[in-house]
Amino acid sequence: MTRKHRRLVVVLACMAGLGSAAALTLNAFSDNMVFFMTPADLAEKNPPPGQTIRLGGMVEKGSVHRVVLDGEPTATFKVTDGKSDVSVAYTGILPDLFREGQGVVAMGSLLPDHSFHAQEVLAKHDETYMPKDVADALKKRGYWKHAPQPATKTAAGS
Amino acid sequence: MIPELGNFALALACCLALAQAVVGIWGAHRRDIRLMAATPGLAVGQFLALAVSAGALVWAAVHDDFSVANIAENSAIAKPLMYKISGTWGNHEGSILLWGLILSICGAAVSIAGKNLPSALRARVLGVLGGTSCGFLLFALTTSNPFLRIWPPPADGQGMNPLLQDPGLAFHPPILYTGYVGFAVPFAFAVAALIEGRIDAAWGRWVRPWALTSWAFLTCGIALGSWWAYYELGWGGYWFWDPVENASLMPWLTGTALVHSAIVVEKRESLKIWTVLLAIGTFSLSLSGTFLVRSGILNSVHSFANDPARGIFILALLALVIGGSLLLFALRAPRLASGGIFAPISREGALVLNNILLCSICAVVVVGTMYPPFADLLLGQKISVGAPFFNATVLPLAIPLFAAMAVGPLLPWKRARLLPVIQHAWWAALAAVVVSGFCTIGMKVLPALAFGAATWIILGSFAEVVERTLLFRTPVASSFRRARGLPIAVLGAAIAHAGMGVTLAGLAGAALDSQKIVSAKVGDSFTSGGYQWTLMKLEDADGPNYTARVATVYVKKDGVPLGLMYPSRRNFTLQHQTTSDVAISTNLLRDLYVVLGEERDGQAVLRFHVNVLAPWIWIGAFIMAAGGAISLSDRRLRVGAPSRARSTTEVTA
Repeated sequence: MTRKHRRLVVVLACMAGLGSAAALTLNAFSDNMVFFMTPADLAEKNPPPGQTIRLGGMVEKGSVHRVVLDGEPTATFKVTDGKSDVSVAYTGILPDLFREGQGVVAMGSLLPDHSFHAQEVLAKHDETYMPKDVADALKKRGYWKHAPQPATKTAAGS
Repeated sequence: MIPELGNFALALACCLALAQAVVGIWGAHRRDIRLMAATPGLAVGQFLALAVSAGALVWAAVHDDFSVANIAENSAIAKPLMYKISGTWGNHEGSILLWGLILSICGAAVSIAGKNLPSALRARVLGVLGGTSCGFLLFALTTSNPFLRIWPPPADGQGMNPLLQDPGLAFHPPILYTGYVGFAVPFAFAVAALIEGRIDAAWGRWVRPWALTSWAFLTCGIALGSWWAYYELGWGGYWFWDPVENASLMPWLTGTALVHSAIVVEKRESLKIWTVLLAIGTFSLSLSGTFLVRSGILNSVHSFANDPARGIFILALLALVIGGSLLLFALRAPRLASGGIFAPISREGALVLNNILLCSICAVVVVGTMYPPFADLLLGQKISVGAPFFNATVLPLAIPLFAAMAVGPLLPWKRARLLPVIQHAWWAALAAVVVSGFCTIGMKVLPALAFGAATWIILGSFAEVVERTLLFRTPVASSFRRARGLPIAVLGAAIAHAGMGVTLAGLAGAALDSQKIVSAKVGDSFTSGGYQWTLMKLEDADGPNYTARVATVYVKKDGVPLGLMYPSRRNFTLQHQTTSDVAISTNLLRDLYVVLGEERDGQAVLRFHVNVLAPWIWIGAFIMAAGGAISLSDRRLRVGAPSRARSTTEVTA
């Protein structure tokens, strides 16, 4: 095997490796890209049920209820951006910083009855912190009540 | 006074680092023996100054000096002593100081351990390290000085994020940072070699121990971080494909590739240019990982608070270090002639395959991590990719890697045939097939394959040891004699590979996990995952700086009592923050994992998990790191580099 042959084999192997990586990435992107939406976006774009979405907004005051569904404790609440609202059901332990009237991001999908089934609910560790996507979206909708407080230096670690 | 001393020492260290860079690179360029001989002293001086500086910050934290802004913001009188100390590196300013300190330790270590290096190479390596260090110390001094004072000092500090008040996280940053920063040494060697325009087998032999040490630390650091997420965050998971986690995974992947490709440079003088590029790439990923996250481009659950002014400084610094080294690479790399020819099926070929696959995985992780923030920045699209993306892309690339892992070390150098090698490892392949087949009975295809791959890797890793010692084919005493003659590096590699197999088995075990969420009154019993869980008590308890609500859960399996578990929720009064404290009971084959949620009307939400083989994930990682450490103790790496007689000119100089 000459130097030229060897080089050819190595280059081909590299291309095969990176090519399959690129193909996998593009393929996975089209399937697994998760869009961030506010309740108003949901109403406008009307995504198909079952598509994974990150829903962001404020938890409407007085909308949080806890029920037991199929023997599992489930929380229901409304997420609003001032224009529209969506009712969300989540089975599990709500994050420690989940509060009424505060920002929240719920990951899940729409059910056929236009309610939102969340698999994951995120509220950040830092209680002055408003998830950035939510803050931006709410500002755009003109529903920004709290002054954007710079987060104090508490969250850390890597 | 002490904080001012720390500030002064920090500034002094920055000056010494600049001097180290100028004297090292200029001295080596001019071949000035006196200048070159001065660099190790400067490196050690820089280390001592930074040690004083870090010591001063710890002193201020321990003595509750709240006139120092950093201490006031992150510490409090009631905080336990251990977290006062660990808190100094748990925040942005302190972590940059720790970063600089570890970089200076690397510099000092090269000065002391590198006596055998040619003096020009050593001066250049130290020069590059000094230049990098200077940039980051300047960053610390101008934008993130931990010693800034505030007036009037508050009576008590604001305290630390309760999630970080944990022994695992106290030791996680120093270990992880040692891994990140350690790759600065291979980087400096690579840049020095580019400046010099020469790479030989000895270069590979000098670089490999540094790369291996950093790799072992990074492995431990990642494992500790994921273990912390597992027991502290209380979500039952251990890896979320979160940007901060990916930031540590990317240099780990290329670092693993570097550790392997350096073997080829050392043994066969081949793949030189590629190894240099990997060394540069690994450190660049370490830098981007630590600092892109800090600058707020990548936001995640773990990250520090953000500050755009810092971001611009850091981006400029990253552009300078990464761009500069890549430019140098582009200019100089063609000069580095490559040696030894090899066939595609050979040890070299297997190591090339390892490199291609690891770098492809890394490329996928880079895209998945970087695309969302850049799409937001450039296109205004708010998207994210989560675990499904990474699972769909990383797994298909990892499978051939796992398959090749066990065979690679069995192949001879230069050219080989696959068939005899497979014949040597037939028993491992057979066992893997049997395990896979057995697992398909109760499981899906993927976990069954993963268990098979884990078996294949663990057994296959030792195939070379078995082969070389003729185990089971000669009397035990003769095998033992052969085993003692085995190079330690072979044993280290086998152990590290087996560790990967153990981790893989632990990850595959997740397919057998079960969990259940319930709303429980005291006295209620539930069945989940084959275990009976009873809530016995709910009561209040006090901690040093928190109050807690503790549940007592009694666990039985088939009527056999397994003991009591105490999950709790802690309320940190100073920060008005609540954290869940998970109760874990392990027998190393499975974890019982209980989380206490919120409580209302006498009903508490409880989550029961049974995590099969979960501890193996971290045990495997520590086995990998141990394998690296064992390899490191190989005589070849310690004394293999030819030691130079001290030149007479140096003595007179």
